[in-house]
Amino acid sequence: MITLDHYLIVSALLFIIGLGGTFLNKKNIITILMSIELMLLAVNINLVAFSTIKLDDLAGQVLTIFILTVAAAEAAIGLAILMLYFRNKGEIAVENINRLKG
Amino acid sequence: MTELLFYMFAGILLLSAFFVVIAKNPVHSILFLILGFFNSAGLFLLLGAEFIAMLMVVVYVGAVAVLFLFVVMMLNINFEQIKRGYQHYLPLGVLVAVTLYLEIVFAFSSTGSGGEVFLVSDPIPSVEQVTNTKALGQVLYTKYALIFQASGLVLLVAMIGAIALTFRPSAGTRKQDINQQNARTREEAIEIKKVKTGAGI
Repeated sequence: MITLDHYLIVSALLFIIGLGGTFLNKKNIITILMSIELMLLAVNINLVAFSTIKLDDLAGQVLTIFILTVAAAEAAIGLAILMLYFRNKGEIAVENINRLKG
Repeated sequence: MTELLFYMFAGILLLSAFFVVIAKNPVHSILFLILGFFNSAGLFLLLGAEFIAMLMVVVYVGAVAVLFLFVVMMLNINFEQIKRGYQHYLPLGVLVAVTLYLEIVFAFSSTGSGGEVFLVSDPIPSVEQVTNTKALGQVLYTKYALIFQASGLVLLVAMIGAIALTFRPSAGTRKQDINQQNARTREEAIEIKKVKTGAGI
């Protein structure tokens, strides 16, 4: 029998993997953006699991749709900034982003 | 059967997420990301949220992952440079991840999932009467209509922002300058020549 706990554990593990990805990949900003997508996916799984198993409430699924929208917007903006940065500096390593330091 | 499907989808989802993080080549990461999104769609199907599952495939695989793929292919990235300096942040990342995981587990296990009574705002109608997609539409376009339009605004702003950020006028294109066109006089624009009959210019 698959219960709510199973889904919560999967979602927590997925979130942790995404979080670890943002820490690990200091050389590659694309992987960091993908890790953010993974974390948003974990949140979505959490919301839908609570919506259908525990609460029997459609609000969770509606919220998931809005999170999907925001995730798409975030990916578009993030990749646009990435393109700009690559055009100016010729690399995408996060470690070397220090222009705002002045 | 449901258990088997759940463990398959969840296992492949977590494995592919892991490979997304540790893959050296960004193209491989994106392909693993697509695999993970497909398996999460399977999880959503198991949960009974069919519309979200299809949305996952269409939006994430069809739009976001392909956008990532395009950007990776358009940027000429030196993969050799990326490979170095990877273990440097491993202890910190593992520390933060393990700490947060233990916190989540502790918080969840201390509150438990007992028989509390929750206030339900939009009860899910039974599947025999209304399909999942229709039920979602019935609340999305009525109760959440304002937020729905606001999310459309978010997408519009994101689109304008992305275009404004990456737009650069290229040197080769010709633009219309109306002032310059209107300032032209008859003298500089045309030249009148007398042509002899049968001789040409």
